This record gives sequence, C-alpha cells and structure tokens, in this order.
Amino acid sequence: MTFSPELEARFEAFLAKYPADRKRSAMIPMLIYGQDEVGSITDELVEEVAKRVGVTPLQVREVSGFYSMLHHKPMGKYHVQVCTNISCLLVGGEELYERACQKLGLGHKQVSADGQISLEEVECMGACSWAPAVQVNYDFYHDVTPAMLDKLLDGLKAGKAPEQISEVQKVNS
Amino acid sequence: MADLVKFTIDGRELEAPAGTLVIEAAKRNGIEIPSFCYYEGYSLQAACRMCLVEVEKMPKMQVACTLPVGNGMVIRTDTPQVQSARKYTLEFLLTNHPLDCPVCDKGGECELQDMVFRYGAGESRFTENKIHVDEQQWSPVVFYDAPRCILCFRCVRACDEGTGVNALGVINRGAISLIAPNKENHLECDECGQCIDICPVGALTSGTYRYQTRPWEMEHVGTICTHCSDGCKTTLGVRQEEIVRGNNRDRSGINGEFLCIKGRYAFDFYNHAERLQSPMIRVNGKLEAVSWSKALETIAKKFGEIKARGGKFGIVGSNHTTNEENFYLQKFARQCLETNNIDHHRTGDVTTLVDALSGTNGKLATTADLYEKKAFLILGSDLSLEHPFLAFQIRANFRHHAAKIYTVTANAVREENYGTKAIRKARFQELEALAELRDELAAQPNLVIVFGDSVKGEAVRQLVAFGESLGIPVSYCALVDYSNSRGAIDMGLVPELAPGYHASGSPGLNLKEMLAAGDLDAFWVVGANPLQHEPLKANRAFVVVQDMFLTETAQRADVVLPSASAYEKNGTVTNGCGEVQRLKRAVSTLGTKPDLEIVGLIAKEMGFAPQMGPWSPDTVYNEIRRSVKGYDIPLPMVTLGAQQTMPVNGRVGVDLNPDLIASAHENLFTSGTMGRYSKILNSVIEKRLNNAPTTIGEPAQSQPSHTKPSSDQPPGSAHQ
Repeated sequence: MTFSPELEARFEAFLAKYPADRKRSAMIPMLIYGQDEVGSITDELVEEVAKRVGVTPLQVREVSGFYSMLHHKPMGKYHVQVCTNISCLLVGGEELYERACQKLGLGHKQVSADGQISLEEVECMGACSWAPAVQVNYDFYHDVTPAMLDKLLDGLKAGKAPEQISEVQKVNS
Repeated sequence: MADLVKFTIDGRELEAPAGTLVIEAAKRNGIEIPSFCYYEGYSLQAACRMCLVEVEKMPKMQVACTLPVGNGMVIRTDTPQVQSARKYTLEFLLTNHPLDCPVCDKGGECELQDMVFRYGAGESRFTENKIHVDEQQWSPVVFYDAPRCILCFRCVRACDEGTGVNALGVINRGAISLIAPNKENHLECDECGQCIDICPVGALTSGTYRYQTRPWEMEHVGTICTHCSDGCKTTLGVRQEEIVRGNNRDRSGINGEFLCIKGRYAFDFYNHAERLQSPMIRVNGKLEAVSWSKALETIAKKFGEIKARGGKFGIVGSNHTTNEENFYLQKFARQCLETNNIDHHRTGDVTTLVDALSGTNGKLATTADLYEKKAFLILGSDLSLEHPFLAFQIRANFRHHAAKIYTVTANAVREENYGTKAIRKARFQELEALAELRDELAAQPNLVIVFGDSVKGEAVRQLVAFGESLGIPVSYCALVDYSNSRGAIDMGLVPELAPGYHASGSPGLNLKEMLAAGDLDAFWVVGANPLQHEPLKANRAFVVVQDMFLTETAQRADVVLPSASAYEKNGTVTNGCGEVQRLKRAVSTLGTKPDLEIVGLIAKEMGFAPQMGPWSPDTVYNEIRRSVKGYDIPLPMVTLGAQQTMPVNGRVGVDLNPDLIASAHENLFTSGTMGRYSKILNSVIEKRLNNAPTTIGEPAQSQPSHTKPSSDQPPGSAHQ
C-alpha cells in the first residue's frame, strides 16, 4: 500500500521516534493519519500498519476497535462531533446533539447520502472550559449555542466549508 | 534465592522471596484469593478484579495478582469489604453472561459457576437486557460464544505467549468487547485447543466435546498420548466405553496442561469405521474373518514348520507398542524362533548418541531440562510443528528465564521469532554451522543440544565431541518420531542389539534386508506398515500382521490379527527424552487384543508358554526392570510421573547403519500412522486446505445486538 509523500514522511518520523523493539508505539498515530488520507480504517491499511510496526493484523484491529475516533467505514467530508460528556452535558451538550440529529436527519456515526456530512456523539474532547463544544474534523467550536449550531449546520448543508461560514467562529485545534 | 520478605495475610505471619505476588504467596500458604485472569506462567493482566484484597495503609483495595509482597505488609483477604467486592465483581461479570449453565459444556467444571456459588450474590440487580451475540465457529474444533466470555484474556495469552501463534485478540471496547480470531471469521493456528481448556467459562468450546456429556459423567483416565515422541500425558474423558475428550487440566504429567491438536483431539482413530475387529485369514486370495483360535492355530502351525526346517523369519516391531510388548516380541523372536531378524522403523540416532556419551552420566536432556537450562542448540528440526511440547517448554523457558536459542535448520522455523541466532543450512549439513557458534555457545552457563534425524552416525559423534569441547555442561536429545520409538530401540528391536544396548552378538537381517530377501519364509509385522512405500520381495513368504487397520502391509498378509490401540491397554512407553511413563487402559474395542497378549497366545500355541512367562504387563515390566539396564525404575515412579532411563554407561560396541534412520517429519497437521484414521484431525486438515476466506457476514466485527431475554431468563432473576 502506498501513501502520499507527506504521509510517508510522517510515518517515517513516527517510527524513528521509538526504539527499534517498540515500533508498535507508532501504531495509533499511524492509524489516525492513515485514516485521514485513506478515508477509514480499511483492511488494507490495517495490514500495512501491522507490517510496518511489526505486529499481526489482529493486534492492529485490537487497537483500531478500541478507539472510537478510528472509523471502519468512511465518515462524511465534514465530520460533526458533538460532546455529551459531563461538562458539556451540564450546559446543554445533549440538547445540541439531539438538535444536530434532527437538523441533519442523522444518528450516531451516520453519514448523509451525499457523503458530505456525518455526525458522531463523542466523549470528552478536552474543551471543558468552553463547554458545550462541537468539533468538525479537527476544528473546535466553543461555547456553542443552539443558534450557532444551526448556522454551522445550515452552512455545511448548503455546501459551504467551515471556514466559509463566517457567522460562527471556529477555533483551530 | 532472593531475599525473604516478611508479611501478614489474614493474621498469619508469612514469608516469601521478594517479588512474589500476593496471590501466589497466599496460594502457597493455603489461602485462596479468587481470580479469573491471573494465570501462573502467563503475563499479568489485572482485568477481572476478582482478587481485590485489603492492604493496611493503602487507601483502596489492591489487586493481589499484580502486587508483590513487601516487608511488613498487612494483607486481609476475608473482610466484609473484600467479600462485598467479590460479590459485586461477580454481579458485574454476570450482567451479560447468559444463565445457560444447563446447556453449557462447562457446567460442573466452570470457574465462574464455582465462584458465584462460593462468593457471589444470590441475585442480580440488573434489569437491563443482556447483550447477545450469536455463537461463531472458528474452526472444526473451536467455537466461540461471546456472551459467555468474561474477557479474562487467558486464551489470548495462552496463544500469544504459550504457543507463539498470536491467533487471538480482543476487539472493540467495554461491554461489547469480543475475542476475535486472526482471520476475519476463522482461525489460522495450530488448533491446539489450549484456548478452550484455559477458558474459565464456556465461551470457547471444543468441536469434539460440545454437547456430548457432563464432566461428572465421565471417568478420567490419565494415559500417554500415542502420537509423537514427546510423551505428553493426556487425561481421557471416558463415558460408556467411549472416549469423549482429551485434556490434562490437572497438570499431572511432564507436560502440565499442554497438549497439541493430536493429543487433544486425535484420539478418535480408535473407533474409526475401518478398525479391524476380527482375525482374518487369506482363503483363495481373499481375507476372510475367522476365530482367534483358528488364526492362532494357523500361525503357530506355519511358524512351527518354518522353524523346524530352518526357514528364514523376518520380524518387524512397532514404534507405538509398549516396552513390554517390544521386549516380549524380541524375546520370543530371539529365544523361541531363534532369529535375530528383528527390526523397526528407526527415526533418530539414539544408539550413536548413547554410545558417544559412554562413560558419562546425566547427559541426556529431560523434558524438564528444556524449561530449565539456559541455552539451546536446535539442529535440523522444526520443533514447533514436529515436537510441539518440546517447543512449548523451550518457549516458556525463553519467556520466564530468557533462555538463548540457536537454530540451524533448512527452512524458517518458529523458534527464530525469539531465538538469539538462526542459521540456514541444508539437511545433513547442519554441523557446518558449529564453528561459527562455538564462542557464543561456550559463553553460556549450560546448553542443551537437540537434533533431528539429519544428524546421524558419525555426525552424532562429531556433535558430541563439539559439545564436550565447549567446557560447559551440555546435555543432548536425539529426536525420534513416535510414542515409543525410543522404547523400541531400548528394548532391542534391532538385529544388532539386545535390550539395553547390548550387542546381540549374532547376525540378523534389518528391515531393508528383510524386504529385499527373496528367500524370506515368514514376515511378521507387529503394529507397523513397512510395505506402505516398499514392496516385499519374497512373494511366497507367509505374512502375519498385527494392526488396528487394514494397512498396505495388512492387505498383503496371510493372517491379520486385530490389535488394541495404545488407549486400550496397559504398559509403559519411553518418550524421546527417555522418560518412562505408564499407559492406562481407557476403553476396549470388541474383538481386539493387545499385542502383548497376541504374542503370548502365539507363543502358547507353539508350546513356548513356560519359556515366555505370563503376558501381563506388570510381569513383563518386572522382567525388564531386572534385565534391562536403565529400566530398574520402581513401577510407582512410572505410575505417578515419569522417570528418565539411563540406558548404558559403557560403549554400545556396535555400529548401526545410519542409512536406516529416517524420520517421517510428521507435523501437527500431517496425518501420521494413526492420524490418518482420526476424523477430527482430517476435518481440520481439510478445512485448512480449502480455507478461502468466506464472505458470510463478518462475525468477528459484528456489533452486538440487544435482544429480549427469553422467557426462562427474566432479567434480574436469581442466579443459580
């Protein structure tokens, strides 16, 4: 399996970071960045990562099945993640998630028919100070109100990229 | 020995070497700390939380399976807090565990059942629906029922660490975690079934044993596996004269609980449909069933005639028959038929090794040595596939004591994955690698040299000379093929040697010469199949065959006598490391007789009964003890375990032709002499051959569904 030169370079760097007998430590970052390029954790990607870090494909599947941010089927171009963990829950995270479900007509880990938008209810994303928080791909939205969420989702549904939706301020991760 | 640490458990002042885990220290002092995931010999997991104990000055309860004892530590295992922790852990483990004990194979010997009975709550407070996942079949012999799984990871560790196969893993997380096989929906592994045995619940079940019986309905007969020469003890579960399973859960015997696919499943050759159950005599070119008395009479008459006119006998013994049978057969041949034309299929050069080691003691490696010694040199053998138990020992040694392993083989072997050095040499050229290994090997505290059939004759002497020149203690193991290959040579089933490696002193034909001798008058084969690949030149010879099946050799016979299998008789066998162990009869097959009895009956029919003595295994064993050097082992020693024989201490004085030595190199999945009649072994082989990945669903990845509990399992109902 081949990757883009940029990703190859990144993989090289990950593998070089760990001692020769601990190559498997590079598995998680390789999976997550591999997923970004490939679209999801495919069998092919699993085999390739296993080969490069020197473990069996099953050992990679053990890891990929454990982490909810690793997807075994492709998510949308814009992957909307709404936190409903405790800090966000206390200030309306769950309502935001339900609102998103209704607005997008999607449930947990579902993808719109055109493949543009997907939704996921996620656990803590480390933005408790700015709860409730929403994440689209790697970008954060802090102190999200229902009105902000509507504007964000309407914009995405209209085919705009997050940076084109000027009404809502994203925070780079 | 590490320093002793003093500590207190439940008010008892105890001591143990530093580094001892609390759970182990308790066990050694008779204090039970329950656990599921902790398993002696495998890595620590701390997954099940069953072994929580109170430790003074520690704010929370501690897992006894990962906590080493410390000086002055005060541990309590039976406080109300510990008791309630156990109770709630079990309640959690049962949240999704089905209460299907009445139909579960494990019922009656289930660790979860026992623990709930002893430590658990009477009822559950959970009212949620149980998560259900359909049962999956991973191979002909391995089934996985996910809801029963308590995720203790024992199977995963037994497979990764014990066998080095890495065929099992845990996927997903939390309550929907599952054990998964290495190939999408099936297993590609050694099919040893250790994962099934080690499973504390009925999550992994055996294709042969499932739904067959209840543990308490079986009689458990400890005997020795009859497939390879490693001599594993297998405990056969017998119900109504039928073997239903093989395992060794009580860890008795040299192999602990290790068994490979053959030891665990391939016992079923004994009731194969083609099993011979009546003597047969050739009448007008066709074999016809006759009575025992008629068959014995025919043989005795013919043998008597041939002996009277000074005719030529050729006698072939077996690698599977007991020491008693081998001894008795050669005694009959030499003393009564007065011939030295006796041989067997030789599979390893034990004789030259014994000779090369003359004048020394304790130079033959025991199976325990493979776990305890510091370094290993393996020549010309794919140990993991051909001698799975020896490989298991060495692997455990590497895991626990960081043993150094050097391999010299023609092809890649599994030992290389953790070995120190692997050298590629063609068969018969293995010794070329010795020079480059010399310095490294000489630097080891001790060494065991294990060699296959490609090191034979002069090469064995060179190898021993090399080993003895290293200046460190070296012990040796000449690998042989079958369950009693070593015993066959010890008992003198070769023309050149009488029992105990004494020169027989008079010439005799070896197997090759017998087959080639056109003037052979009688060819008597006991439990072997020499005509499988080679013809018998003497086409007028009177051929008598004792076997379980109508083999290629039996098809040529004039008289065929149905013999009992190793699981149908008593006696002793000697494994490749020279350890003598006892066979115990588990079942009987109607119409068959043990070879010992058959030889005795032929002798009696010919009037040699007084000379031969009774054909009871114990009587013959006593004669072996008295007359065969190295076998003067008291029977209880053999019964309770294994004791190594030390065949001779002086020169053998006879050079055996090394050309006659050839191992069949049977591995886990090639059906050997017996395996070809095992239904289960063949089904596994077949499955492996056409294992094109199927696309029916993806069981291993499937998400569990929440189903309504069936009416007989209302949520929150009382646990049994």
